Amino acid sequence: MYLTREEERIYEGEAGWTKKKAMEILVAIGDLNEAPGLIPVESAHVSGVSYKTIGDAFVFIENLDDRVVVDTTLNPMGMDRSLWSDMGITKEFAERQNRVLAAYSRLGISPECTCVPYLLGSVRPERGSHIAWAESSAVLFANSVIGARTNMEGAPSALAAALIGKTPLYGLHLDDKRLPRMRVRVDCALTDADYGALGYLIGDVAEDRVPLIELSGSQPDGDELKHLSAAIGATGAVGMYHVKGVTPEAIGDVDESYIEEEIEIERHDLDGVYENCNNEPEVIAIGCPHCSHSELKQICRYLRSEGGGEKVRKDVFVFTARRIRDRLRAEVREIERYGVKVICDTCYVVSPAFEHYRSLLTNSGKMKRYVPLICAGACVQLCSTEECIKAAFV
Amino acid sequence: MEVVRIPGRIVSKGVATGPALVSRQRISFLGAVDPKTGVIVDRSHDLYGQSISNRILIFPGGKGSTVGSYVIYQLKLHAKSPLAMVITNRVDTMVAVGAIIAEIPAVESIELNPDRIRNEEVLVNGTEGYIELR
Repeated sequence: MYLTREEERIYEGEAGWTKKKAMEILVAIGDLNEAPGLIPVESAHVSGVSYKTIGDAFVFIENLDDRVVVDTTLNPMGMDRSLWSDMGITKEFAERQNRVLAAYSRLGISPECTCVPYLLGSVRPERGSHIAWAESSAVLFANSVIGARTNMEGAPSALAAALIGKTPLYGLHLDDKRLPRMRVRVDCALTDADYGALGYLIGDVAEDRVPLIELSGSQPDGDELKHLSAAIGATGAVGMYHVKGVTPEAIGDVDESYIEEEIEIERHDLDGVYENCNNEPEVIAIGCPHCSHSELKQICRYLRSEGGGEKVRKDVFVFTARRIRDRLRAEVREIERYGVKVICDTCYVVSPAFEHYRSLLTNSGKMKRYVPLICAGACVQLCSTEECIKAAFV
Repeated sequence: MEVVRIPGRIVSKGVATGPALVSRQRISFLGAVDPKTGVIVDRSHDLYGQSISNRILIFPGGKGSTVGSYVIYQLKLHAKSPLAMVITNRVDTMVAVGAIIAEIPAVESIELNPDRIRNEEVLVNGTEGYIELR
C-alpha cells in the first residue's frame, strides 16, 4: 500500500507509539485487502466498550496515549451510568467499566454510548461519505440505508481510523464491491419483527456476499430497516445489503452482473425463526438496536392501549440512547409509569445485568442470535413489538 | 515423513508449530468462544466443546461482532489463544486485527482440503506467509 511521507513517518513511530500502533493496524488491513492507499474519513464509531465484551482487553486502550482526530462515537457499555446500582451491577464491574470509559474519554471520544449513532443527529453521514464504523448493525445501516461507505471495521481498526483520521481504500468504499452478489426473493408481506427474522435468515446464507433483497409489496420504514440491518449483521459477515426500490443504491436500475445465486424465502421459513421456547417468558426486552424516537413513541402507544392504567406484570426493559431519552422526557415518564424500565448507555446483550433470565421475549432478530450465546444459553422468543407489550400484561 | 509446504499470505508475523484443529465453519469469536478458557461454547458450531487454546486453528475466518478482535486479545492475555491461525479463505478484518494486536502468527488464503488434516503437526510462518504439514 502506498503511504504519503507523513503517513510513513507515523508508521515509523515519529508521531509516538499510539499513532504508530494505529497506523500498523491500518497498513496491515490495507495490505491484506490490496488497498492502494488511505483515504480520509468523516467519522468513526468504536465498539468494544462494555467490560462484559472487551473484558481485560481494555488494558490495550489504557496503553494508548493520544487524541482522536475525527468525530468519534462509542458503542453501548455494560451499564446505565446512573442506574447501574439498581440494575444489580457489582461495584467491581462498575469500577472496571468506568476505567474503560475513562480510557476512551482520554482519547477525546464522546462518552455517549449507543449502537445507533446515526439517530443522534450529531454524526449523520451522507450518501457517499467515507466513514470508519464498527458495530455491525450500524455498519449495515450506514452502507445500506444511508449510502455512506464503511467496511465492517473491527473494534480496534475503527479506533485506529479515529486516531489517524483515515482508513484503507478497499471493500465497501469502492463502487463495484457494493454491487449485489446474490438475490433473495421474499414472497410474503413483511412487517415489524419480520424484518429481524428475514435478516436472521439472510445473514446465514449470504455470509460475505452483498444480497439484493426483492420484497413483494412491503415497504419497510427506517425502524424496520434498522432491525433488518442488525439481524444480517448478527448472523452474517457482510456489511451491506440492498432492498430493491427502497435503499438508495437499489432505486432504478441495479447492476446485477455479479449475481451468482438466487434464493427464495417464504412465510414458512420466517415462521421457523419465531419458533416457540415452550416456556413462559420471564422478561421482555425491546431496543436492540437502541430504540429510535418513533419506536419509543410506538411503545408508549401500545402501553396505553394494552395497559389501561395497569402496571406490567413482567420485567420489561426498553433500551435507548441517552440523547434520545432526553428528547422524549414526557413519553419516557409515561412508559415508566407502566412499570417499564427505560435503560440508557447499555443493552441486554452487553450488560451482565440480565444473565439470570432463562427465557426472554423480544422484537429483535439480533438478540435472537446473540442472547443464547452471550447470556448463558437463555431461550429467546421473537415476536412483534405489539405482542411484546401485550405479553407484558399477561 | 514428507513435509508439505502450502503458500499463503501474511496476516500477522511470527512462527509457531503445534497440533492442528480444523473447523469448516466461520467462528463468531464474541459469543462462540469463552475468552477465559478458549472453549467453543456455540452449540451450533462444529468445534462445540473443544478448546482452540494452544492449537493451530485452521478455519475459514471470523464472523459476527467486530469485538471478536478483543476476544482474541483476551485469549492471549489469559494464555488460552491458538498458537497460530490459518485462514483458508480471504481473512476478515476481525480476525486479522485480533491476530495483530494479540501478536498471534496468522496466514490467509491457504488452499487446503480440511480432510487432509488429522491432528497432525502444522508449522505456521506468518513472517514469510506459508504453512507446513508434517
